[in-house]
Amino acid sequence: MFWTNIKRVAKQGFITFFRGGVVSFTGVFVTSVTLFIIGSVIIANAFLAASLTELESKVDVNVYFTTTAPENEILLLKRRLETLPEVASVEYINREEALARFIERNKGNALVLQPLEELGDNPLGARLNIKAREAKQYANIVAYLNKQTENVLAAGNTSIVDNINYADNQEIIDRLSALTTGVRRLGIFVGLVLILMAALVTASTVRLAIYNSKQEISVMRLVGANNSYIRGPFVIEGIMYGFFAAIVAALCLYPATLWVTKTTTGFFGGINVVQYYISNLGQILVILIVSGILLGMFSSYLAVRRYLKV
Amino acid sequence: MLKFQNVSKIYADNSTALSDVTFSVGNGEFISVVGHSGAGKTTLIKMILAEEAPSEGEILFEDVNIHKLRRDRIPEFRRRIGTVFQDFRLIPNKTAYENVSFAMEAAGRPDEVIETDVPEVLELVGLADKMWNFPGQLSGGEQQRVAIARAIINQPDMLVADEPTGNLDPVNTFDVVQILKKINDLGTTVFLATHNKGVIDFLGKRVITMEKGKIIRDDPTGKYVL
Repeated sequence: MFWTNIKRVAKQGFITFFRGGVVSFTGVFVTSVTLFIIGSVIIANAFLAASLTELESKVDVNVYFTTTAPENEILLLKRRLETLPEVASVEYINREEALARFIERNKGNALVLQPLEELGDNPLGARLNIKAREAKQYANIVAYLNKQTENVLAAGNTSIVDNINYADNQEIIDRLSALTTGVRRLGIFVGLVLILMAALVTASTVRLAIYNSKQEISVMRLVGANNSYIRGPFVIEGIMYGFFAAIVAALCLYPATLWVTKTTTGFFGGINVVQYYISNLGQILVILIVSGILLGMFSSYLAVRRYLKV
Repeated sequence: MLKFQNVSKIYADNSTALSDVTFSVGNGEFISVVGHSGAGKTTLIKMILAEEAPSEGEILFEDVNIHKLRRDRIPEFRRRIGTVFQDFRLIPNKTAYENVSFAMEAAGRPDEVIETDVPEVLELVGLADKMWNFPGQLSGGEQQRVAIARAIINQPDMLVADEPTGNLDPVNTFDVVQILKKINDLGTTVFLATHNKGVIDFLGKRVITMEKGKIIRDDPTGKYVL
């Protein structure tokens, strides 16, 4: 009996969905808009996180040494820095390398290069490029360096450190770390609001679709169908809306990511949204299908409930 | 089989739809209720179907007060009463066959029984060749015959018809009344609300006449008098 009813309810649901025409089309269309927004929010969050990491990785602190600083002392400092938990990497650039990079960067700029030639000697000191794991950790690293310098000075020796450019970068670094947290929070908030709005629109559309069936529901009641038997096919219909809408949304997301990638590559470099989408397609599709089915199911369930009273 | 005992219905705005109505219908009877619009016929029918509760009095169906039934028992109760309405009330996106089979499916009847019974009943109302048409592809008379088929498919104890011929031309009216009579001859109690004089005179059965919510006549072989 139970299985017969399940079978009948499922069959009714499929039949109404496929005979539904414009009503089914609207249901699928509106639900797919919601799911498209959900998908976009997921991808946008990943994109945002990747861009911020990329930006953060471009920030570093440089320690410039005097031209006379002995290499073994610099390497000693480098090894010490590498033991700090905040430090992601330390790059050592010796005097010759520093000069080569300087010349490379100013290629064709006679105004800069000519005085350098006339000087005959290498005016640049060696330097360490330090990268922290997170933007806000630079302050700690710089404090550590300053303390080292103080110790050396206190012992009556001359410091090998000429200059640390943290002060120049500090403002940018602070802003960036504030921006990162802010943007992430805002992203999640905007995403949730968009999803909620879209879900409400879908729920009211499904409700309108079922309003069409108001009379039908009253007839079913008069014929002696019980409430769950009446409601079942509508819930199945809602599930179908969600399922097909998930597929439509997934199909529409592909050209959307293509477009986003095309318009932003010059901007952020490196981050490929299409690649992200394709490599996470399985996961995204599952999220879309599950949320679509839940959305359709609950919308139908609530909508029918209205007409089942009396 | 059906008893109304001192039934009154007063709506929230103090308008009285029924006042102190008492009558009973025996097994296998064919009873017609006549009266102008607003006389209370439709209210009477809604009460038989447990769609509306009386303000006073009680309605007994086989000695059970139907307005004291638990909500989840009502669908079961409704399967014992077939209903036919003036506006047919078929489900538009189901074929004639499906409209009838739906009532059986809802009652939980097995598939094999449905597959043999539905064509049989559609044949009884003369629609064997239009089984797979949708309501929109049928004439008014044909739609009403589908509705009758749906009403009797579960072999109800009683058939309630609210102005079943109201939207039909004389030829179809005659057909529908013939079918109702046939159903009654096969043993089902029929409760007919109508204001078609021709139908009443043709039937020559018991007639209850209503006016302003009251029963003013109850003739065993009535004529249409208003």
